[in-house]
Amino acid sequence: MEHGILLSASSDIDVMVHGVFKYSFFGHEVWITTTHVCLMIVMIILISFSIVAGSVMRKGTEVPGGFQNVVELIVEKLDGMVDMTIGKNAAKYYNYIGTVFIFILFSNISGLLGLRPPTADYGVTFPLGVLTFILIHYNQFKYQKPKDIWKDMCSPLPPWLPVWLPINVISEIAVPISLSLRLFANILSGTIMMTLVYGLLGWIAAIWPAALHVYFDLFSGAIQTYVFCMLTMTYINNAIGETE
Amino acid sequence: MEFNESFILGCSAIGAGLAVIAGIGPGVGQGIAAGHAAAAVGRNPGAKSAITSTMLLGQAVAETTGLYGLLIAILLLFVKPLLW
Repeated sequence: MEHGILLSASSDIDVMVHGVFKYSFFGHEVWITTTHVCLMIVMIILISFSIVAGSVMRKGTEVPGGFQNVVELIVEKLDGMVDMTIGKNAAKYYNYIGTVFIFILFSNISGLLGLRPPTADYGVTFPLGVLTFILIHYNQFKYQKPKDIWKDMCSPLPPWLPVWLPINVISEIAVPISLSLRLFANILSGTIMMTLVYGLLGWIAAIWPAALHVYFDLFSGAIQTYVFCMLTMTYINNAIGETE
Repeated sequence: MEFNESFILGCSAIGAGLAVIAGIGPGVGQGIAAGHAAAAVGRNPGAKSAITSTMLLGQAVAETTGLYGLLIAILLLFVKPLLW
């Protein structure tokens, strides 16, 4: 890194993913990276939260108090968000959207805990985009007739003239890529900005970077989480179509 | 012709600088979205929360093209594909 762009910084400035240890997997060299470690920490937090929430809800009372109130509020808000967008078929997607929302949100704000956010690794966001892609096309084939899908794919021109077909196919493939790149690039840029502030300013960056953390980690992370879930739901809703 | 490493790194830095000019587009787009949202709230203050969430969604989508430019810049600076 002696030619790096961060010449004036102290040498421990770093935004990259690092390998922790490697092992051989069918002859391939596979690395366990910092992303895996941070993902593990996020998952342990989320799983222990869910276990505690489950045990509280199992002996829940009619009039909620304290922790039960918080859990009910979270579930209610998430379900309300799904209801608002998908409408009639919402009940099937409460679990998926809620899980993805909480996971991405915790991953994004895990920068506050001093971790490198797992979503700042394209290997984490791309599978999320691919899941959305699979959901879109599963629903499309489930709820629409093949004739309508073909008509949709040739859309500006009549169905017997599939000139626009390749362009429409490319735009379908672009959906998961743009979804995952948007999330990845937002969180990565926030991480790089915070690293630059801490690395370049040294002891001057004492207390006031907290304000930057509020913007880059909390605000940007929450907005991107909301956008990811919102777009996923909108695409699913489009794929389900207008069949009443 | 043989180019040395410093020359390639300097050109990568120039390219990274040019790539983040892509930030102009999202700036204009987000400004237009925010302006229209402000006008909409002025006309119908009751729908403020719905307008705000729609505006934030649209702005985050509009931001994507700028982020592509940023991504190219980051790749040029940190991954250095031209040195491979």
